[in-house]
Amino acid sequence: MSETLSNTKTMNMIEAIRDAHDVAMERDDDVVVFGEDAGYFGGVFRCTAGLQEKYGTSRCFDAPIAESGIVGAGIGMAAYGLKPVIEIQFADYITPAYDQISQEAARIRYRSNGQFTCPIVIRTPTGGGIYGGQTHSQSPEAIFTHVTGLKVLIPSNPYDAKGLLIAAIEDPDPVIILEPKRLYNGPFEGYHDRALKGWKDHEDGQVPEGYYTVEIGKAKTVRAGNAVTVLCYGNMVHVCQAAQEEAGVDAEIIDLRSLLPLDLEAIETSVKKTGRCVIVHEATKTCGYGAELMALVQERCFYHLEAPITRVTGWDTPYPHAQEWTYFPGPTRVAAALKKVVEAK
Amino acid sequence: MTDQRDQGRGFRVPKPPARPGETPDFSGINLGEPGKLPLLDAEAPVEAFEPFHHDLLRVLDMDGKAHGDWAGLVTDDDKKTALKAMIRTRAFDARMMRAQRQGKTSFYMQCLGEEAIAVGATLATRDGDMQFPTYRQQGILFAKGVDPEVMMNQIYSNRKDPLQGKQLPVLYSFKEYGFFTISGNLGTQWPQAVGWAMASAIKNDDKIAVAYIGDGATAEGDWHQGNLFASVYRAPVLLCVVNNQWAISTTAAFAGADKNTFAARMASYGLPALRVDGNDLLAVLAACRLSAQRARAGLGAVGIEFLTYRRGAHSTSDDPTKYRAKEEVEGWPLGDPIDRLKQHMIVTGLMTADEIDTLEKDAETEMREAENRAEENGLVHAGQGAEPAAMFEGVYAEMPGRLREQMKEAGF
Repeated sequence: MSETLSNTKTMNMIEAIRDAHDVAMERDDDVVVFGEDAGYFGGVFRCTAGLQEKYGTSRCFDAPIAESGIVGAGIGMAAYGLKPVIEIQFADYITPAYDQISQEAARIRYRSNGQFTCPIVIRTPTGGGIYGGQTHSQSPEAIFTHVTGLKVLIPSNPYDAKGLLIAAIEDPDPVIILEPKRLYNGPFEGYHDRALKGWKDHEDGQVPEGYYTVEIGKAKTVRAGNAVTVLCYGNMVHVCQAAQEEAGVDAEIIDLRSLLPLDLEAIETSVKKTGRCVIVHEATKTCGYGAELMALVQERCFYHLEAPITRVTGWDTPYPHAQEWTYFPGPTRVAAALKKVVEAK
Repeated sequence: MTDQRDQGRGFRVPKPPARPGETPDFSGINLGEPGKLPLLDAEAPVEAFEPFHHDLLRVLDMDGKAHGDWAGLVTDDDKKTALKAMIRTRAFDARMMRAQRQGKTSFYMQCLGEEAIAVGATLATRDGDMQFPTYRQQGILFAKGVDPEVMMNQIYSNRKDPLQGKQLPVLYSFKEYGFFTISGNLGTQWPQAVGWAMASAIKNDDKIAVAYIGDGATAEGDWHQGNLFASVYRAPVLLCVVNNQWAISTTAAFAGADKNTFAARMASYGLPALRVDGNDLLAVLAACRLSAQRARAGLGAVGIEFLTYRRGAHSTSDDPTKYRAKEEVEGWPLGDPIDRLKQHMIVTGLMTADEIDTLEKDAETEMREAENRAEENGLVHAGQGAEPAAMFEGVYAEMPGRLREQMKEAGF
């Protein structure tokens, strides 16, 4: 770490993502970036700012408002030999492209027996906590983790966001990266009434300049502990850290980072050590990704469990506007669950 | 076609030319006149294509004579190559239809009556170009010289199936022949073809893509988005709509064909577009050759509507006598593409009837022998299918741990 420290720079998540594009485009002429407003303007969140100016309109360009066309064209480009990096403006608007993603991108290698492949990356801002209401706040990861042939990633900080994006661009399979937009400008612990902290004081806001990758399929233990294992990702990594402090529980907090493939080894090792498990995500509960995590922990750690596995998630409703903080699984709800699971006999 | 106003207030459900027992009427279709439309320059402005949106580009008349300047884009060698490929396509279809009836495969789809389109378009391409076909462009494979035994291995899902039994019969993939993997999901290949062409343009390459779609599938959103992208980015792609009048049991009117031609609709995206006699090999090849020249010159996409007729059943699971008049097949005013090309060869002295007869017999022999060889490689229905363990391979570049566990659980 000390070696790379001299080359690091404070970046927020937007700058880290922008930088990942820049590094990948510089290294490989086949990387092309496009999406709605992603070209001249540099994206509504600025994640592709300056790329068109630096690499030209044939490497970074704007697209029509047509998600299926965007992904479909990307699949064709990948079949030709390019490495398209696509932006879907909000994860809520990825559903028009679901056919192209789930039936095409995910299946092309399999159905052609390896003759054709689909090395595309689809980035899309996800999650709530921003008063985005029903169509700017959803967390649709479970509709992609159910699709065999895809990889699904979700970073929780600038360091991982850059390293995972570069790894995804180099990956030979289609990758979807869900970027928690609530974290773009700073870590958010779920205390909406407190001032926002920036990334400059956060360890993972120190981002190496130049090329590096974060391995796909590897989780990260953000806090070691012995009382309970907390499985979380995205926004909830920060919420769970705050909840741990609030509850005063010696929790082991694991940021999954990669939902598909999943770091089962890290999960199993931790739960077998702690004997207890809390799963936290922002997405709605029923058939959410938490259900899969719960099933896996039950299958693999049953004889080590000392309490029922518990989920803290968004409610089974569309994401509301006015009731944002009743919906959002904040530190108070998570802390209560941690205490309950630790105290369970 | 006729509006049906017998139910609801103004509510309309399109009606086909004829239901079983009725007399077909194709008088509403603009059939144009052979040789009437002027030859276009490959670099002609978009406006020059306007007469071709509703009229019909035809070269051959119904007596086999060629008319007009478009004929000059097709050589005698082209005609011989095309006739042979079309005859072989039909012989292959006939053989596989029989194989399905004999229980050797679960499923087959023929392209009876549409052979000129895929064969003609393919002759306008070069090695390195990429075709994005539907399940009814097997003519591409015969024009490219794919071994029919290998296609049959795929249909039989046997030990030598190049797709290792993973895919339904006829959903081929032949990358080395520029034939993109066929999907069961309609329309998806349309924007993919456009994206492939965009990539070629981005890389300053002169390779082109050819997209295919049926009349029915133009109703899918991907058709509209692909047309738009092709126009917006000026992608070097031939956008081929094969209008065979039927989408299983529904007429092309359900895709809006009785309101406007598919050519005119593609033109509304700002694309140059042609409406072409799909049963006239000379017109098909000439239209595609000019469009390919245009795309290679960096002038972008061309939309081409091929007017044809689906002579056979939609698939081996379909019975068209339940929804359309039997008389339609013979009543189709543009005839049969192979008969028309044969007649042209004979009246122009390019080939004799005996030579053509020999071609047809040779094709039948070739397909019978290919079938025997494919059958020796096994039939999935006889329990001689592709290796079961292969099922787990190729989901990802590298098999993930959890899939490896499942493979073990399955006994491998």
